[in-house]
Amino acid sequence: MNAAYAIVALPLLGFIVNLVFGRRLGEPAAGWVGTAAAGGSFIASIVVWVTMLGKPAADRVTDLNIFTWIPVAGLHANAGLQMDPLSITMALFVTGVSTAIHMYSVGYMHGDPGFDRFFVYLNLFLFSMIVLILADNFLFSFLGWEGVGFCSYGLVGFWFQREVAAVAAKKAFVTNRVGDLGFLLAMFLMFDHFSSFNYSAVLGTLVKGHATGLLTGTPGAIDGTTATAITLLLFLGAIGKSAQIPLYIWLPDAMEGPTPISALIHAATMVTAGVYLMARVAPMLHYAHATSWVVACTGAGTAFLAATIACAQDDIKKALAYSTVSQLGYMFLAIGAGDYVDGIFHMLTHAFFKALLFLAAGAVIHAMANRQDMKQMGGLAKYLPLTAFTFAIGWLAISGIPPLAGFWSKDAILASAWGMNKVLWAIGLVTAGLTAYYMSRQFALVFTGQARWKEARPAEVHASAGSAHGPADHVPSEEGTGPGLPAADHVEGDPRDPTWTMAVPLVLLAAAAVLGGGINFPAWHLNFLSHFLSPIFPAGSAPVVSTGTKWALSILTTAVALTGLGLGLTTWRTAAHPKLEPNFLRRAWYFDDIVAATVSGPLRAMANALAFVMDTKVVDGAVNGVATSLGASGRVLRKLQNGYIRSYALGIGVGLVVVLVYLTFRTGS
Amino acid sequence: MLLAASHAASTSGADLANASAWAVYAVGAAISVLGAFGVVLLRNPVHCALSLVSTIFGIALLFIDESADFLAAVQIIVYGGAIVILFLFVIMLLGVDRREPRKQDKMRGLTPVAIVVSLVALISLLVLTQVRYWATGAKASTETLNGPGENVQKLGQSIFTAYLLPFEMTGALLVIAVVAAVVLVRRGAQSPPETQRKTAARPPASQESHRPGTPVR
Amino acid sequence: MTVPGPWYLVLAAVLFSVGATGLLVRRNILVMYMCIELMLNSVNLTFVTFSRMLNDLGGQDAVFFVLVVAAAEVVVGLGIIVAIYRRRSGATADDISSLKG
Repeated sequence: MNAAYAIVALPLLGFIVNLVFGRRLGEPAAGWVGTAAAGGSFIASIVVWVTMLGKPAADRVTDLNIFTWIPVAGLHANAGLQMDPLSITMALFVTGVSTAIHMYSVGYMHGDPGFDRFFVYLNLFLFSMIVLILADNFLFSFLGWEGVGFCSYGLVGFWFQREVAAVAAKKAFVTNRVGDLGFLLAMFLMFDHFSSFNYSAVLGTLVKGHATGLLTGTPGAIDGTTATAITLLLFLGAIGKSAQIPLYIWLPDAMEGPTPISALIHAATMVTAGVYLMARVAPMLHYAHATSWVVACTGAGTAFLAATIACAQDDIKKALAYSTVSQLGYMFLAIGAGDYVDGIFHMLTHAFFKALLFLAAGAVIHAMANRQDMKQMGGLAKYLPLTAFTFAIGWLAISGIPPLAGFWSKDAILASAWGMNKVLWAIGLVTAGLTAYYMSRQFALVFTGQARWKEARPAEVHASAGSAHGPADHVPSEEGTGPGLPAADHVEGDPRDPTWTMAVPLVLLAAAAVLGGGINFPAWHLNFLSHFLSPIFPAGSAPVVSTGTKWALSILTTAVALTGLGLGLTTWRTAAHPKLEPNFLRRAWYFDDIVAATVSGPLRAMANALAFVMDTKVVDGAVNGVATSLGASGRVLRKLQNGYIRSYALGIGVGLVVVLVYLTFRTGS
Repeated sequence: MLLAASHAASTSGADLANASAWAVYAVGAAISVLGAFGVVLLRNPVHCALSLVSTIFGIALLFIDESADFLAAVQIIVYGGAIVILFLFVIMLLGVDRREPRKQDKMRGLTPVAIVVSLVALISLLVLTQVRYWATGAKASTETLNGPGENVQKLGQSIFTAYLLPFEMTGALLVIAVVAAVVLVRRGAQSPPETQRKTAARPPASQESHRPGTPVR
Repeated sequence: MTVPGPWYLVLAAVLFSVGATGLLVRRNILVMYMCIELMLNSVNLTFVTFSRMLNDLGGQDAVFFVLVVAAAEVVVGLGIIVAIYRRRSGATADDISSLKG
């Protein structure tokens, strides 16, 4: 399977080329190198997928060993790739969306002094993500997991001269790390029970064992408690990576990074790694009922919470960030309900329309000379027709309006939620309504109504013109996030639609958002994705809901969505409705502030205690104490050598006495 | 003890021999011990040297008592006749025949400690002689003490056959010691020795001061 | 019939300890050296005693060599003493303490 190696190798190659030659290649060649690497990877994924389709369903899992990574006795981990339907699905959409965003970035990052560095990080990110997805054991996947975390740090803090960006990057990384603790502990438990990290070892026995319905009694199987523990710990890792409660706080702050990054990492790929992980351990999750409940409840809760916060955000990217958190909650709701296929399906469609929304938002930001406050936009549909059209498609898709992609995936999830628990379903339904509402609010504020930006323009245009190629002046807005740093090409004159490098990806993603529902059409045996993925997942795990119920639920959901849509559009044609944006929603239920107050205060005290008391006094004291005591003992022992022959002779005499006494008193010959 | 021994010895010859052996031992022991104490306690180093001679004589006496005739003679010749003489030479050379001032002792506390240590060593040595017995029965040389032949003859035979190598090595050692002694005491040359040229260049002595018949300096 | 061996051993032990005490107590360097000679003599006596007790000539051979080596040692030792003490008169063993740590 040579194409499989190309999927991994091409982004790595692009990374190295840009790392070494990026400065020399310059703009835009470095960008095209990165795009070519991503595109080549995408083509290789298609080749592998087609080959896999040609094989019978039972035969689609291939394990490729690149090299033996850790050959220590007892711990054997390979750097290997597992090609199965789940991993190839992920690879396909990751590389595809990546290629589109690479192309978009060539236009978006035009004029930025760190252009080549950007593409270095992008390719490294893609490589890490592919390692994460395609790895055949948890340890190698964890390598990719950490790699994407690092690239996220590097890219969120891309404009590191801005302190806000640097702080946000740190926050993202550290919050991820808290989740990684769970992943690590899960790996320890896995190793303890299976002595291996390979998927085939950890999950293989369970998949085989589940046919008997028993978890114990098959060789190498584990009991329910251990399965719950492992999956719960892995879910902790997923919480960190995929921004669920309580570790979602990094994602809105991560909007400090350039918009293509927000689209790629924080909408389509990295944050879905957690969902992928839970889907990967589906065989084990099937038996850990407690964890499934935790997953579903966390997902539903997060979806609802984030949707409420998004209703009150003014920054165009922050609103989309909370929207991402909310949609990720939906995916986890599906996974928790046992409907793994629809979780993946929603991941796919979400990747399409969320990336689309972010890229369109980026075009708007570009056109607005790096301003992100929606309250200062408006009426842009006239000036940015293409952007408005693609944004509208994304908006309708996420709101769940048929026949766009979001409708099919979201309704499938809600049907499974109904099958699991009616309360969870109700939360999901309300969230769907809220989603439609806040997205319509966003669309209305940006593209319809009065052109509020025309009044503010004269002063700010001149200010931005002077700082086109460096850190921009921080224009204070209500949300506290200032403009980004890319140079604006449309400073004077009216806002215009973006160049072709940015426009083509928008159109492509819009097409995917429209047609994506066809991947898993729930009738007439057209549900390709279910057929493709179901051999991987335990059979009969999804709740069974009758078709009639499903249709009824769909109609209900669509009605709710349309209501929310209408409400949003009509209310927000004018910009000022402070009562609909209460402060506690704006401040995200004060969660960040609570964390800062409760955790950072004691943490800081503990850090001070450790640094200034324990480190300087105890540790340094011990080390210095050893040295001082040696010196002191030396000073004492030095007196033995006083230079007098007689005292040395006395020493010999004492030694003689000791020997004689010993000889006298020892027993035996 | 002498009178009682002689009184008991009048009855038999064996008793006489026994008594005389004890007498010799007693005399030898007394001379040795008194000499030893003299070395340690006398103030004047010359007196100490003479006490050492006394000890040596006592030990020689005891050697004879133990039928080590050759060694007794050698002991007197080498120790008493050479070593102690050397000591006296050096004492006279360095002028250390004065008393040691007691007040200038820098380690005044050493004396009692030294006495205690020596006493403990002595006691444990004595205890060891009674408590432990480590003779393995192996013979060191091919000769026995009580066999036929004179002591000197047997000693000579064993040295020149069994112990020839140590004998040669001690010979070399003696040569080295002599060379070492000469080197050690040589003063560094204050001026290089006069060459002949310099000697010839010196003006001859004046005629008035030269007495006929005496060599020219 | 001669005096039994242990008597000689006791005498030698006494001489040895007297010599050791003298070595530690006296400060005149030459007297210290004489005490060393005293200890050597006691060892010689021990050797000869054991040679008689064990009926082995090897003890006397040992004494022979000890005597030779002791003589050589005295020569060299006195040479060193002369070399050190030539310059200062009335010096004692305590004055040579420049090797102190």
